[in-house]
Amino acid sequence: MNETKPNQPDDVIASAQALRWEVGDFHERVMEAIYADAAQIADRVVTRPGEKRRFDLDRTIDRVVTSRIWGFPVMILLFTLIFWLTITGANYPSKMIAEFLIGNIYPALLELAAMIGMPWWLSGLLIDGVYLATAWVVSVMLPPMAIFFPLFTLLEDFGYLPRVAFNLDNVFKKSGAHGKQSLSMMMGFGCNAAGMISTRVIDSPRERLIAMITNNFALCNGRWPTQILVATLFIGALAPLHLAGLVSAAAVVGIAVLGVLLTFLVSWGLSRSVLRGEVSTFSLELPPYRPPRIWQTIYTSLIDRTSYVLWRAIIFAAPAGAVIWLISNVTVNGTSIAEYMVTFLNPFGILLGLNGVILVAFIVAIPANEIVIPTILMLTVMMAGTGNVGEGAGVMFEPSAATTDAILRAGGWTLLTAVSLMLFSLIHNPCSTTIYTMYKESGSKKWTTVGALLPLIMGFIVTFFVAQIWRLVESLL
Amino acid sequence: MTDQSPQPGEQSLPAGSSACESCPVHHKANLLKLGVDMQDWDYVVGLAGNPNVGKSTVFNALTGLKQHTGNWPGKTVTRAEGGFKYGDGRYKLVDLPGTYSLLATSLDEEIARDFILFGQPDVTVVVVDATLLERNLNLVLQVLEITDRVVVCLNLMDEAKRDGIVVDDRRLARDLGVPVVPTVARRHEGLDQLLQAISEIASGETKTRPHRIQNHPPQLKNAISTIVEQIEAIYPNLPNARWVALRLLDGDESIADSLRKGELGDLARGTEDETNRDLDLELEVV
Repeated sequence: MNETKPNQPDDVIASAQALRWEVGDFHERVMEAIYADAAQIADRVVTRPGEKRRFDLDRTIDRVVTSRIWGFPVMILLFTLIFWLTITGANYPSKMIAEFLIGNIYPALLELAAMIGMPWWLSGLLIDGVYLATAWVVSVMLPPMAIFFPLFTLLEDFGYLPRVAFNLDNVFKKSGAHGKQSLSMMMGFGCNAAGMISTRVIDSPRERLIAMITNNFALCNGRWPTQILVATLFIGALAPLHLAGLVSAAAVVGIAVLGVLLTFLVSWGLSRSVLRGEVSTFSLELPPYRPPRIWQTIYTSLIDRTSYVLWRAIIFAAPAGAVIWLISNVTVNGTSIAEYMVTFLNPFGILLGLNGVILVAFIVAIPANEIVIPTILMLTVMMAGTGNVGEGAGVMFEPSAATTDAILRAGGWTLLTAVSLMLFSLIHNPCSTTIYTMYKESGSKKWTTVGALLPLIMGFIVTFFVAQIWRLVESLL
Repeated sequence: MTDQSPQPGEQSLPAGSSACESCPVHHKANLLKLGVDMQDWDYVVGLAGNPNVGKSTVFNALTGLKQHTGNWPGKTVTRAEGGFKYGDGRYKLVDLPGTYSLLATSLDEEIARDFILFGQPDVTVVVVDATLLERNLNLVLQVLEITDRVVVCLNLMDEAKRDGIVVDDRRLARDLGVPVVPTVARRHEGLDQLLQAISEIASGETKTRPHRIQNHPPQLKNAISTIVEQIEAIYPNLPNARWVALRLLDGDESIADSLRKGELGDLARGTEDETNRDLDLELEVV
């Protein structure tokens, strides 16, 4: 046997294969040997004290936050706190930035344009279109992101997020997805594009695709304001005044929870149809809790995540602004393109409990969900010809809540419109930033298309049935 | 463009010396394939470690603002790389994904392993958590099987102290056969000593005697030495034949593949080429 000198790689591999079977469970034995060596060395080198106090503290925290009973309530409470801080905390700076960008800079730009004698269509396109849309996105998106991302990163730094994955692992596994999908879903609540990137923590391509396709069901920053505004105006208004805030908050949380349920449902459906396969296991380490480094975290999350996502959003919002201005100002036979689109889509919108204006707004707002409400207001005013509200065709504006309410009711809005809008805002195609990110991350045109169209079709189906049943019940009452 | 970086001390080598001791050993072509451009750098240092041991803190402390992030070529795993100067050397630091082992069962492990194996970094720094030494040593021992150019960064010494854990770093260095530097990277403690250790390994000043796994059962030992012999018959210069043998015995298809394709053989030949190139250079100097 030993006489034949192997001189080819294949011979070596073959004899390794043969020997492997002789030894038996090779892998186990090698690992055992490594562990044994590590234990020996560590034993010689490390002296431990009699009692380990800090470990007990960690364990006590873990016993609460990963417990069967308290795990979920603590998790929901913590995230509600973060969302509450984000929503309320973002309000004021948002207003300030909007006042500055739209209240001060915008008129100044108009004056400047008039001074240098810019033609009306150019200043309209650039200032009313591109500039205003970008200013809107910045003022609506920047403050929540600047609050949400650092808070989220602090939790991550503290060591809580692995515990969240631990809690949700079971549910995701039951729906045929990866436990770490819980992390990308959390990130999606901030921004779906960021959520797409965070699916990188999932190794298996199958489970990663599921995480990407369902990420859209995590209500993102751009859609929170829409939900909150509509819930306040139409659902909160149903309740007595002192309960209005609570009721509208509950409606928004209800939509968010519905999104989470849809995530499970769609993951389950995908993993049992087109993306069938084994659920891969992963060893999840629960690292020791560490006091987070606050300033460093704030700095890096601002630089890394916030500016990155914001920059992408701006790139997509600017051309959208131009499009909105153009479709409202370019007229054919005296009627603007926007009006044609609204009239054309109106019957279809009515079927879904929506209307033509809302559908046009969603089409125009594909680049960035945060311009849905401003676009709706602008188009409604234009269609209804409400006269002295607003700034003119193709110009976005932010009226007071009372004016908004008046405008929408003049546009024929009912409670059904509001509910359908909230549902459709949750279940429709992701914004183009997210779609683009998904394409870059997955590298697949096919799956990106699925990720874009599946939620849209689901949105049509859900709103259609809700509207039909609603009207049926209404006619019976 | 004959040679990017003639090393200091090269001329003083006695003529006819076969290997340049202070020359970088990294595999330039493979590094380029792995997305690491060595254009402006003398040495490349890989930073390995388990997740949550403060690896990024060490990375940030060493590189400061001289860093940028990207992806590993063809992979969606983020990679950070940066650089620093120490003494006369310019070092490129590559942050490897945090892993518990190098068995390549996940994308992260595969990337870390391929970098150490095929990139042949001049130094591999393994960051370990002083409070969880035993578990962290599993990775260190696996790295030591692939490369002997290792510095162990014993991080989180402050947490160990707080827990009352005493780690005998000298004993650890003796047992592992490579330098061990205790640090608190968060507070920049021990980083100077870490840089010193890195530069001494890179320049070849420090010779290591890496620990070999002792606890293999006899049957296993025989199998390993048989395969090592066979590998060395084909590639006498392969630096980590023992590890390759272990992987082949474990049925690691990717390693079998690179053996078939000759990628592993290239590593051995690479050392030869480097030696020849240095000789040529010396002749030119003369």
